[in-house]
Amino acid sequence: MIDTPGPDLAYQNYLAEGAFMIQKCGGCGRHIFYPRVLCPHCASDALDWVRPSGDGTVYATSVVRQRPEKGPHYNVALVELAEGPRVMSRVEGVAPEDVTIGMAVTAEVDRGGDAPLVIFRPTGGAS
Amino acid sequence: MSGLRGAAAIVGVGHACLGEAPGLSPIEILAQATEAAVRDAGLKMSDVDGIISASPVYNMASMTAAEYLGIRPRFTDSTTLGGSSFVSHITPAALALEAGLCDVVLIAYGSNQRSATGRLVSNSYPDAYEGPYNLRQPITSYALAASRHMHQYGTTREQLAEVAVAARAWARLNPEAFMRGPLSIDDVLASRMISDPLSKSDCCLVTDGGGAMVVVRADRAKDMPNAPVYVLGHATAHWHRYISQMEDLTVTAATESGARACEMAGVGPADVDVLELYDAFTINTIMFLEDLGFCAKGEGGAFVSGGAIAPGGRLPVNTNGGGLSCVHPGMYGIFPFIEAVRQVRGVCGERQVDNVDIALAHGNGGVFSSQATVILGGEATLS
Repeated sequence: MIDTPGPDLAYQNYLAEGAFMIQKCGGCGRHIFYPRVLCPHCASDALDWVRPSGDGTVYATSVVRQRPEKGPHYNVALVELAEGPRVMSRVEGVAPEDVTIGMAVTAEVDRGGDAPLVIFRPTGGAS
Repeated sequence: MSGLRGAAAIVGVGHACLGEAPGLSPIEILAQATEAAVRDAGLKMSDVDGIISASPVYNMASMTAAEYLGIRPRFTDSTTLGGSSFVSHITPAALALEAGLCDVVLIAYGSNQRSATGRLVSNSYPDAYEGPYNLRQPITSYALAASRHMHQYGTTREQLAEVAVAARAWARLNPEAFMRGPLSIDDVLASRMISDPLSKSDCCLVTDGGGAMVVVRADRAKDMPNAPVYVLGHATAHWHRYISQMEDLTVTAATESGARACEMAGVGPADVDVLELYDAFTINTIMFLEDLGFCAKGEGGAFVSGGAIAPGGRLPVNTNGGGLSCVHPGMYGIFPFIEAVRQVRGVCGERQVDNVDIALAHGNGGVFSSQATVILGGEATLS
């Protein structure tokens, strides 16, 4: 039996406290994301929560275009964390079409919306 | 070589309601396609004793279909792998036939997606790790892969456009295709951007439509009215479900499904005369040509340039017009499969490729997630 709450809910609870947390496997030493009860690399259940550095690199990016009456265009990006795993997110603080693959970005927890969310900004505030 | 090579044969195909079919439910469309396929096989509905179906609407699809058609199947399968279903279904069909669990397998699909919703309905459900970022699914997932392919290999929007233009050129030869107007590279480039770098013309159609096929053991196929189309090789692979878990956004599990299907069939890319690839988006065709071994990784954009996969080009690809210009009712997998069967039969009229011995059909499901490849051949390929 794993501790409760399960990893999905535990992740959301961390986010609600303003913390972006990922798991590190005690079996193989790799970081994993999204959170799971078993490591997808070695099947170990010895997964510990760790706080990632927050450093990442844009791996892929798109701009979702909307009709003007529905709101502005927005970015969607896959970000590769310094620890290895890739996360779905968006890059803010720069025009959506100016987000480029390879861009250095830093994570933050955005608690301004309906639910807390990990977003990224260009590292060092460059835009 | 596998004992499954050539063990099963497609003896009937049919489709119905391609394009727009307002006022019909998905099962009514499926039933019409099935009637056409069973009639094409020279069989009666009561001969069908195995049924395989998948649907974004009916989550116990083979039960819904069997009940509607009045079939009490000895073999049933509703495995849903997204759009690669139906191509993937050939494996359980062939295994069940070979094991003697049943004698006549129906694989069938029907959808009224255009009339019911008018937009592409994804099988994706909102999940906690991707959902909040409002990807326009499934387009944005494929757009992310396209962005990566362009970054890594210099693939251009013009090269993506070549895929759409080639599909349209084939569709113009197919009276059953939904979109048959002229389309140029400039038209595609000028089309409204949906999720960069994919524009509306880089995206598949949203249509209604149904397709069905009848599969039997090869020994029985010889007694049927149509020349049998033998199932020489087939394989399915999946490595991820969500795009954020895809290890390399430029490499799909088609590398594995294609290699395993070719190994079973004892053929390589050079032996394939015509390809029917699941082109949900223009980037798909480029990546599948690479992953299935028709060009090197990263060279797909150059490979399709200059009309190379259009009529009269070096390699005929998506001869029905594909999901981009022929038909795409939510899950497209049955349609490239049917087109491959018809190309081997040699009944495709103006779009028929000369001397087709071997055809390859490839299905894609989810967001580049599930990949299924089938290799088909005529009588001459059995020995």
